[in-house]
Amino acid sequence: MKSHVIVFPGSNCDRDVAVAIKNISGDQPQMVWHKETSISQSDLIVVPGGFSYGDYLRCGAMASTSPIMQDVVKKAKEGVPVLGICNGFQILIESGLLDGALMRNNSLSFICRDILIKSKNQSSVFTKKTQVAKMPIAHNEGNFFATSEQLKRIQDDDQIAFQYCDENGNVGCQSNPNGSLENIAGILNKNKNVLGMMPHPERAADLAHGCEDGKTIFESILN
Amino acid sequence: MTNHNWQFQTEQSLVENHGLKLDEFEKIVEGLGREPNLTELGIFSAMWNEHCSYKSSKFWLKKLPTSGERVVQGPGENAGVIDIDDGDVAVFKMESHNHPSFLEPYQGAATGVGGILRDVFTMGARPVANLNALRFGEPEHPKTKHLLSGVVSGIGGYGNCIGVPTVGGEVNFHPSYNGNILVNAMTVGIAKKDKIFYSAAAGIGNPVVYVGSKTGRDGIHGATMASAEFDDDSEEKKPTVQVGDPFTEKLLLEACLELMKEEAIIAIQDMGAAGLTSSSIEMASKGDVGLEIDLSKVPMRAQNMSAYELMLSESQERMLMVLDPSKEEMARDIFKKWDLEFEVIGKVTDTKRLILIMNGKEEASIPINILVEDAPEYQRDYIVEEPSPIKEYKSEDFDQNNILKDLNTMIMHPDLSSRKWIWEQYDHMVMADTVVRPGSDAAVVRVHGTNKGLAMSTDCSPVYCKHNPYEGGKHAVVETWRNIIASGALPIAITDCMNFGNPEKPEIMGQFVECIRGMGDACSKLNYPVVSGNVSLYNETNGEGIYPTPAIGGVGLIKDLSNVKTLSLKEDGNFLCVVGKTANHLGSSKYISIIQSKEEGGTPEINLDTELRNGNFVMDAINQKLIASAHDVGEGGILVAISEMCMSGNLGIIIEIETNFPHGYFFAEDQSRYLIEVSPNNYDECQKLSNNNDVHFEKIGIVGGDKISIKNIGDQHISALKRSFETGIKQISQ
Repeated sequence: MKSHVIVFPGSNCDRDVAVAIKNISGDQPQMVWHKETSISQSDLIVVPGGFSYGDYLRCGAMASTSPIMQDVVKKAKEGVPVLGICNGFQILIESGLLDGALMRNNSLSFICRDILIKSKNQSSVFTKKTQVAKMPIAHNEGNFFATSEQLKRIQDDDQIAFQYCDENGNVGCQSNPNGSLENIAGILNKNKNVLGMMPHPERAADLAHGCEDGKTIFESILN
Repeated sequence: MTNHNWQFQTEQSLVENHGLKLDEFEKIVEGLGREPNLTELGIFSAMWNEHCSYKSSKFWLKKLPTSGERVVQGPGENAGVIDIDDGDVAVFKMESHNHPSFLEPYQGAATGVGGILRDVFTMGARPVANLNALRFGEPEHPKTKHLLSGVVSGIGGYGNCIGVPTVGGEVNFHPSYNGNILVNAMTVGIAKKDKIFYSAAAGIGNPVVYVGSKTGRDGIHGATMASAEFDDDSEEKKPTVQVGDPFTEKLLLEACLELMKEEAIIAIQDMGAAGLTSSSIEMASKGDVGLEIDLSKVPMRAQNMSAYELMLSESQERMLMVLDPSKEEMARDIFKKWDLEFEVIGKVTDTKRLILIMNGKEEASIPINILVEDAPEYQRDYIVEEPSPIKEYKSEDFDQNNILKDLNTMIMHPDLSSRKWIWEQYDHMVMADTVVRPGSDAAVVRVHGTNKGLAMSTDCSPVYCKHNPYEGGKHAVVETWRNIIASGALPIAITDCMNFGNPEKPEIMGQFVECIRGMGDACSKLNYPVVSGNVSLYNETNGEGIYPTPAIGGVGLIKDLSNVKTLSLKEDGNFLCVVGKTANHLGSSKYISIIQSKEEGGTPEINLDTELRNGNFVMDAINQKLIASAHDVGEGGILVAISEMCMSGNLGIIIEIETNFPHGYFFAEDQSRYLIEVSPNNYDECQKLSNNNDVHFEKIGIVGGDKISIKNIGDQHISALKRSFETGIKQISQ
């Protein structure tokens, strides 16, 4: 598989996701510096987590204007799978590839811990293999919000990729870590080739992590 | 305090405001052969304050053992370096940021983290873990909530953004910190043994290069502030606190590591306390050369900055380097790529002087040796006070029916309760190599791309130190040693962060001397040397000193990650056993302080021979794969330790052991003890191993169920205990 990981100044999960992809697919992803303007033929583009430009402005706002993003948007529209994780999700929203907004967690503090998610849409290239899965979140702004019209569109078009849930797959406020609307942990675009998600599958992709559930997302793309 | 014999042209008040004593000023005049100008006075003030010169502590620090077969670099560089096999080294240090954090908790703590990260990556290491050691005033003190929330979000704000996991730490609450909290930050990094970078400048004529952020007027005199006591007007010192920019530090980290792959850097030094002053002087002194710097070339954030301000600014995220001149353009390109400042501001000279030029005019010319070798060094008077007497407690004085109720109260107390509220605000998993997360004895981080790991722990019990500084010093070292062993690692070396009150008071100096003596004895016995450290004195407010707090950060190596142990109970039917004797020492225990609201009974003593034997036994048993889980018995005693194992593993236990002094057995803080979970199949083997090594080993109970049941006493559901455990610290923040 030919994959690409975009590196912004302030990205800090770029290496982690590249290691996960390499371990799972056997192929080393190519790292793409944000100042570049085009990506070669690709089977998967990853916009990784971190604090692009320090996130001193609204998270992801600066990164969405980086030179490389024009080509990411173009490739996404051509149907290339694009995965945004955490800060990458925020960047994809700021780039207009995904709907909604990510606000500050309702606890008003950074949260780093394991959560459970389940896939709502099980037909996309990313979500074929995931049932209930455990993986960590680590963010300050992961509280998903959408207007009622946006939410209706997201629901009608089956764009909810993942929802926070409990061990039995029940979706409720008890299992919602950050106040996200409808417990949304990840959404797809209308064509289902762009996924943005707050949890970090690359941090649950190796026995040493104590959990390998995150692998299912990468395996889903590979198959 | 006007001295009528003042015979100098320089105003006496100006000298005093720079934190210099009269005889120190006389020494400057003697060294220079003239009176210093203002810029020079500022430079001396920055170099000769306690924080930079270690003038009160140097004599005693030299007594600590600092060598060992795995020590690559001991104290004296930016951080210590130890060999972790295969050509890899671990680089680590702990440093205090106490005074700034009390004035402005978020920025104080954040820049503390930023500073210690720079110390580590300056040496060529990629930081892989952050830890901390925090002390706050009593939970109900009106400032505690604000300080706790501010410090925790500051540590998280910096570490999370730069992308280095904060994997461990410790926190205490005690009234002695009401007016002077302690924020000690530790960073551990990994480098290649043949790619370590040092600060000694070399090569006459080589360019001196400034990289990173621009210099502003922030933090001027920070180090001098950190070397003075607090009083009620200390809030006015807020402008001396620096402001951190973790994003720029991330760029600086990546740019430096990228440049370090090339053979370009001859010397490198971060600009920490006393900024450009200490970094340039450090480089010149280590290299036994001179430096000439043109201050007009320093990238400036503010207009019309004077030489004095430029030399004393503590603006963050800056580095000074001496480069191979043929690599200058290549280096410039790397820093340009990362959008960072890169400016040649001077050159290495053979004058052995620091010469500063600004707009063509000489602003300072000082022989380096006067600043460094001739810096004042004091052997301060000290008094060693009698340790608090050890009290014998008797079974009759306690009601055994209260055991479980007391346990519940204890684990709800902020000193013993879950630290989850804190560590969930830290990204403890970024870099995807965290193997054991916060909440166990030691955190374990995998060495990237290998099957080995580093175990790390920070510790200190200030109450033990206060009541017996010698035993307290030993304890702080030994506690990290035990934590590292319980996690399955071989302990290698420590860093220390010595937080004390005013050293000019003989009884405070006595605490310092005794803590050092205890630490030194423990380090020698356990072959566990000190490789780096930091001293923070004058932690006093309105004349009241903090408890002596020698915080220790220990690092160990796990050669095979399959040997990692956590404290979680693993399986129904396993035996829980205790290693080490329990002798009912309740003095200075959490039981006495939390349940009886007293601080009495003396510090538990540590027999270092027993400590070594017990530790080696646990290490052997782990390496022979005889143990399912392990936990050291620390503050709170055996029952608190058992509860932690039960809550973490979501498993109960039936405690069968019979004792005629239940409170003594369950809550005493006798030292050198561990709890280990052993399967029935391995029990005989463990017992044999313990007998052969003269180690006290006894079965306490059987793992299983969802309750802690104590024979003849009663039982308690794990879920109920968990609710209590989770409330302690969270309550302060609400």
